[in-house]
Amino acid sequence: MLVTENISKSFSGVAALQDVCLELHPGKVNAIIGENGAGKSTLMKILSGVYTEYDGKIIFNNKQVRFQNTREAREAGITIIHQELKLVPDLTIAENIFLGREITNRFGLLDRDAMIEQTTALLGRLKLNADPSAKVSSLKVGQQQVVEIAKALLHDASVIIMDEPTSAISESEVAVLFGIIDKLRSEGKTIVYISHKLDELFRIADRYIVLRDGRTIESGDRQGMTVDNLVQKMVGREIRTVRRSKEKVSNEVLLSVEEYLTLHRGEVLGIFGLMGAGRTELLEEIFGLNKSALQISVEGKPVKINSPIDAIEAGLALVPEDRKKDGLVLNADVRTNLCLTTLVDLQTFGFLDESKETALASRYIDGLKIKASSQGQITENLSGGNQQKIVLAKWLATKPKVLLLDEPTRGIDIHAKNEIYKLILQLAEEGLGIIMVSSELPEILAVSDRIVVMAEGKITAEFSAGEATESKILKHAIPK
Amino acid sequence: MEGQNYKQLLSRFQSLIALVILCIVISLLSDKFLTATNAWNVMRQISVNVCISVGMTMVILAGGIDLSVGSVLALCGAIAAGLLKDGIELPSANLFIGFTILGVTVVALLAGSLIGSFNGFVITRFNVPPFVATLAMLTIARGLTMLWTKGFPISNFGENFTWIGTGWFIGIPVPVWISGIIVLIAVVITNRTRLGRYIYAIGGNESAATLSGINVKKIKLTVYAIAGGLAGAGGLLVTSRLDAAQPNAGLGYELDSIAAVVIGGTSLTGGRGSIGGTVLGAVIIGVLNNGLVLLNVSPFWQQVVKGAVILAAVIIDKAKSKN
Repeated sequence: MLVTENISKSFSGVAALQDVCLELHPGKVNAIIGENGAGKSTLMKILSGVYTEYDGKIIFNNKQVRFQNTREAREAGITIIHQELKLVPDLTIAENIFLGREITNRFGLLDRDAMIEQTTALLGRLKLNADPSAKVSSLKVGQQQVVEIAKALLHDASVIIMDEPTSAISESEVAVLFGIIDKLRSEGKTIVYISHKLDELFRIADRYIVLRDGRTIESGDRQGMTVDNLVQKMVGREIRTVRRSKEKVSNEVLLSVEEYLTLHRGEVLGIFGLMGAGRTELLEEIFGLNKSALQISVEGKPVKINSPIDAIEAGLALVPEDRKKDGLVLNADVRTNLCLTTLVDLQTFGFLDESKETALASRYIDGLKIKASSQGQITENLSGGNQQKIVLAKWLATKPKVLLLDEPTRGIDIHAKNEIYKLILQLAEEGLGIIMVSSELPEILAVSDRIVVMAEGKITAEFSAGEATESKILKHAIPK
Repeated sequence: MEGQNYKQLLSRFQSLIALVILCIVISLLSDKFLTATNAWNVMRQISVNVCISVGMTMVILAGGIDLSVGSVLALCGAIAAGLLKDGIELPSANLFIGFTILGVTVVALLAGSLIGSFNGFVITRFNVPPFVATLAMLTIARGLTMLWTKGFPISNFGENFTWIGTGWFIGIPVPVWISGIIVLIAVVITNRTRLGRYIYAIGGNESAATLSGINVKKIKLTVYAIAGGLAGAGGLLVTSRLDAAQPNAGLGYELDSIAAVVIGGTSLTGGRGSIGGTVLGAVIIGVLNNGLVLLNVSPFWQQVVKGAVILAAVIIDKAKSKN
């Protein structure tokens, strides 16, 4: 049995985990559930030796352990299968499975036949019908996941942690995966299953552990629990913000994309879809990042958008999904990031005017309650919520007509989430059109005036706020 | 808190401190070092490196690299020399175009910028990694230099031209004036203009810069053009100082210039660093070279020492950014 006692961990002063206690039972599927940012991934990274600095104890098979790296964890029998798979695409299945523990013959050369033979046996055990000499890049995501599991089995793992394993695979692949999990469970392995999808939990889990805001809220047998019960524990709060009256949304079409997507002035349009549904791609295409032949009109006038420069010109703004990768210059300070989109207006005689920059920055730091020690603080050292506010602020500074938000509350704490929701509604009130892409249903339901569902790159349904429910939306989000 | 500030101060001025220590050590070992003549000598020697390193800093700040500056320097110097000496003769049209010193200066700067723009074009249009694109240009420009000079130096331009590289103006050597003015303009550009801010942003996070509506391709092209133009200026300085355009001028200059940038604390991955740091880096290399010569260290050892200094600078910088 794997037990944690009072595990705490913080990142630059922000607590990610606080006194987490849990028991993971062998021969069971232990589901760890919680919203994004609840601390699931951090906890798993501690268990698998990725993070070595933490407070508290890990007890594995009655012995206290403290892994210094992932190799030590793996040798002890704990393996993690990450959400983003860690396979080398250009190597074969067998080469990937044996990576780091290759079999060699007595001359010290690689013994390919032996490795292929063992790989064949492993794949047979997991019922994956694939050639061990095939490159991993030729496999589907679901099959790649099975290869990761095979790799774990080769390491003789007794604890297998799966981090959001179904986030990128189709329903039929999910069925295959659950079959494998069943088999591993019957072999007595400890399966740790991390997900925020409750329907899966009810299909596969024996036990549940709820994490919220970095704390263990409750754990126990899944038997006898209801969805409502668990949702209550996961969310622990009503995010239902004060809904605005319907009349506030004007009839004026602000943005239209082809025939299928329209956005009105003052409207919040929620786009829901599972990972890989094409939500991000749609936003990026509208914003001119990918080559596109989309017919886009803003305020009834057709516009040609071939680059973000055109998009900004047309009055669009995009807050990207991954603020660290696409949103911020992390090694630059708060003021520089805030001013980046509007430098043209912050000049005097062709030179940047520091007083104008400072004025703009303090306006948004005050307006959005951005918590930074000074305008000169490096953005990398801010919390996720404050970083996200900076991304939002730098776009608000361009005075956009349409705001495209891609997962605007990913990985930020609940307090900051609520502030962002409030801000979204306030901006809509001021007459902006807002498209919010999200994979969090409660948030979509709470903020949107209208909801569009996407699956496999297409729009599959549309609901008004009044008629939308979780189950209706999910039904159209799952790929056929 | 006091200790923290003290540490920050130390790390901020680490290159300057290193330079001061270096000067003290050399002056203790040689009495020829700490003289005005020698100081101007060092300044004059490094002026070419400062010139091209300013361009190199901008390129590296924007997340790129330019390996072609040494060859471009040679080519621009040779073109200027050839035109100054022989002009352009078109016998078929019975035409002869002669060039003044100002004329060839403009031509050298233009030629450098054009070649730099070409680098930038290849890099932004075809997504060729800057390392490869400018490596190719290193060879191409060297080959063109050989073709233009037919492998022989072009020399003897007269005092008016050699004044650029060897003359004095208000008590300061002319090449020091030139590199100083270039540094001044570059400091203003990087600190006080949109171009400068965009250079840092692109080097810091190109994807975020693109999404923010910055015309990344245009900025990159501009930066490579500036680097090329400054290599052209370096070509003029070298040619004038030697009173000759050598076909193999500027060999290895790209490495000296990258060394100056790195020692000056600019991150090779872009987004972090400064022109001032690079100037300091160039001075450190210059003083080191000068000191080793004064101390009669063999030129072979000089190279070993220079390499060791570069390594040490990068290792210290890495340790710093880890904290």
